[in-house]
Amino acid sequence: MRDKIENIILKTLQELNEELENDSLVAPTMQTRLYGGSGALDSLALVSLIADVEEKISDEFDLDIVLADEKAMSAKTSPFRSVESLALYIENLLVNNE
Amino acid sequence: MSKVIVITGTSKGIGKALAEYFLSQDDIVVGCSRAKPSIEHQNYRHFSLDVDDEKAVVRMIREIKKEFKHIDVLINNAGTASMNHILTTSKESTIRVLNTNFVGTFLFTREVSKVMMRQEKGRIINFSTVAKALNLDGEAIYASSKAAVETFSKTSAKELSPFGITVNVIAPTPIQTDLIKAVPKDKIKDLLDKQAIKRFGQFEDVINVVEFFASSKSSFITGQVIYLGGVMQ
Repeated sequence: MRDKIENIILKTLQELNEELENDSLVAPTMQTRLYGGSGALDSLALVSLIADVEEKISDEFDLDIVLADEKAMSAKTSPFRSVESLALYIENLLVNNE
Repeated sequence: MSKVIVITGTSKGIGKALAEYFLSQDDIVVGCSRAKPSIEHQNYRHFSLDVDDEKAVVRMIREIKKEFKHIDVLINNAGTASMNHILTTSKESTIRVLNTNFVGTFLFTREVSKVMMRQEKGRIINFSTVAKALNLDGEAIYASSKAAVETFSKTSAKELSPFGITVNVIAPTPIQTDLIKAVPKDKIKDLLDKQAIKRFGQFEDVINVVEFFASSKSSFITGQVIYLGGVMQ
């Protein structure tokens, strides 16, 4: 499950970067910073990422999740701070949704 | 190409009238209500749900996206009223009104925006009431829930404008629907007397404004509230 989630995030970032043309998103990794501080995404790009990832997760796992989070705008604890933290967050949501 | 129009609260009243109008224009209408569907038409789809049920709303919008690929217009019409003095208003009825009128509007706006932002265009139309502008006594909870809808709509208009999505509000006067059947006649007369144009609203009056906001020509109009009947803030 974790591998599939990570691949979905990485693929979505690369698709998003066709518009953003951000150097740090050309070959994203688990450590790529997403939002807050030195993150590669601004708030508009973040909401695009969230919408795209939610849809791909729904298609892949046939489970509907919502990636809204109370800590979304916190740089330290937000699940959107890196690819790795986002993958972990989604995995937890899916496990609890099953 | 037919527009895809999502309308909440289509089992009766204004929601049903709007659905029937857009179906008559050869649009595709997807409606929802707690009750079973009251419209049968080849271009109509219905979901039975509570508008404040997050999982059900998410599922509904994903299914619409899968079938039609796009959503052109969202009309957050579903609403419930609770006419009462605040001293005799229960916490339960307060939460019920806020959940249906505000939380429902928020959930549908959030989920439909995710579809509209990819299209880089969309129209969201929310419902307020003249009771909010007039601060009518006996309608504290109902009018407060609609005040929340108005503020939410104005902020949403700013946050969604980069994606080509407009968010506007229509605030009808009393229309002879189930929503006001329990309101005493003298109360309704007092309300009508406060309007510049002193008559009940008609479904056509609402459809006219909704159609204006929904038009592809209205791309430069967002964050606005139109009160019917000449009621002014």
